[in-house]
Amino acid sequence: MMSAPLAVPVTGALARFQDDFASALLAPGAALAPEIAALATQPAFAVYRNTVMKGCIDALQANYPAVARLVGEEWFRAAAAIHVRDALPSAPMLLDYGAGFAEFLARFEPAAEMPYLPGVARLDRLWSEAHGAPTEGALDPAVVAGLAPEALATTVLRPHAATRWAWFEEAPIYTIWSRNRATGAAAADLDWRAEGALLVRPGDAVTWMALDAAGCAFIEACAGGGTLAAAAHAALEAQGDADLSRLMSILLAAGAFSAMSRIDHPPCTEDDS
Amino acid sequence: MTTVLTAGVSLKPQHYDAALACHAAGLWFEAHPENYMVAGGPRLAWLEAIRARHAISLHGVALSLAADAEPDAAHLARLAELARRIEPSLISEHLAWSTWRGAYYPDLLPFPRTSEALARVADNVARAQDALGRRIAIENPAHYLRIEGHAWEEIDFLTELARRTGCGLLLDVNNVFVGARNLGYSAEAYIDAFPGDPVMEIHLAGHMPDPNLGAALLVDSHDAPVAPEVWGLYERLIRRIGARPTLIERDDNLPEFVELLAERERAASVLHAPLAAAA
Repeated sequence: MMSAPLAVPVTGALARFQDDFASALLAPGAALAPEIAALATQPAFAVYRNTVMKGCIDALQANYPAVARLVGEEWFRAAAAIHVRDALPSAPMLLDYGAGFAEFLARFEPAAEMPYLPGVARLDRLWSEAHGAPTEGALDPAVVAGLAPEALATTVLRPHAATRWAWFEEAPIYTIWSRNRATGAAAADLDWRAEGALLVRPGDAVTWMALDAAGCAFIEACAGGGTLAAAAHAALEAQGDADLSRLMSILLAAGAFSAMSRIDHPPCTEDDS
Repeated sequence: MTTVLTAGVSLKPQHYDAALACHAAGLWFEAHPENYMVAGGPRLAWLEAIRARHAISLHGVALSLAADAEPDAAHLARLAELARRIEPSLISEHLAWSTWRGAYYPDLLPFPRTSEALARVADNVARAQDALGRRIAIENPAHYLRIEGHAWEEIDFLTELARRTGCGLLLDVNNVFVGARNLGYSAEAYIDAFPGDPVMEIHLAGHMPDPNLGAALLVDSHDAPVAPEVWGLYERLIRRIGARPTLIERDDNLPEFVELLAERERAASVLHAPLAAAA
């Protein structure tokens, strides 16, 4: 339970009441102070217990819709209830609740037969991050199109604040996620392979597409402040046959970047041979 | 803000298109600020688009003013930032606690109304008003539990809170009805005794019998139309204190937007009645 005392000045009876009331909310069987035990035996106490649990579980279900669709509502809510007892919201913005849910699923015994579940949860989480990220414009692809080849070593593209990406080595997480994120997606045969995903928010909605290993490595390098030359190198390391110009035009057309800048002195790395 | 608020409705994402397109005179919306505390993106853009056409009231659920701790500084700063952006006509909160020792409990939790609690709540309201740079309204809660150790009647507690801090009050008529039924006091007497001057807003909502206990326990569920008895209490209140901004509060089991508008029309007609009588 989340009960590690923070720096709240405890001044007296009201604080004790709140300590005890909070314990009684989440642990019906716990030993309670007499004052709270008397409250908790009233049938109406369940209204508070139920409202707190329902609020947290509803929030997880809203934030992890693909996971919920995959496992069904009953399974999801039972698993979510266990997670809630471990990790209450730490802030009232429930849109942001559940940061640890993917890790919870990864070690949740009943989910062991669905090893793809934590990855699907990770993509649900990335969608939430993309949705609430700061508002900014996407970089105009034409700005990059005119670059001379020698400029690549001094040009840096910054990913848009809403851009998210992930590479999954073990399973076709992107396909599983995208089929379960949209309602009514056809369940065609699943090709079991490594996959990556790109989520962008160029306008007023989050959109997504598959992204290969080269693409994930490229944008990861850009996010780390690497030049286009360094990002291209990373992409080729990840995938020897990567088509770099096609990759860049896909990323730019998707609105994955927000700004371009130049650096005067490209960093020397051991790869600059 | 010089906007005069009449009757408004809860703002729900499911009603976005209808809410944005609606041009009913004087229509205003109430939003939970916690749902818009994001860095950017479509959710915030949506609220700003509504705000460009309508007055908005921000009704917080998470300042936890009745916790025995100061309001969370980061949360207060987020609320102030949203208020700067949205320029709400009113900001309101609850006489309840919901955050405690770093955990958020998504509910409005009760406490014994002692003098110690009053001092803490008054200090917290004052801190919130200082941070927001404005007067806020505090709402009377719904009651389910019989709590020993209340040293103050709720109305006296709220009246004294308003006197000490200069805050306003938000009178939720459905909460009065639900609490009166659950704890066995007179809703009419409560409504008649509530101080009229500090009331900045009134809430009207629906309730449901508890799924397990039935009619012995009413739950302030905000998932049904306003009940006939609550309309009766509302009319009684307006006759005594005059018109106040009134919200049709709905959070669950959402009907079509037009159904909320019809309830709003009914509230608006009650609000206009005293003026008509005086003319």
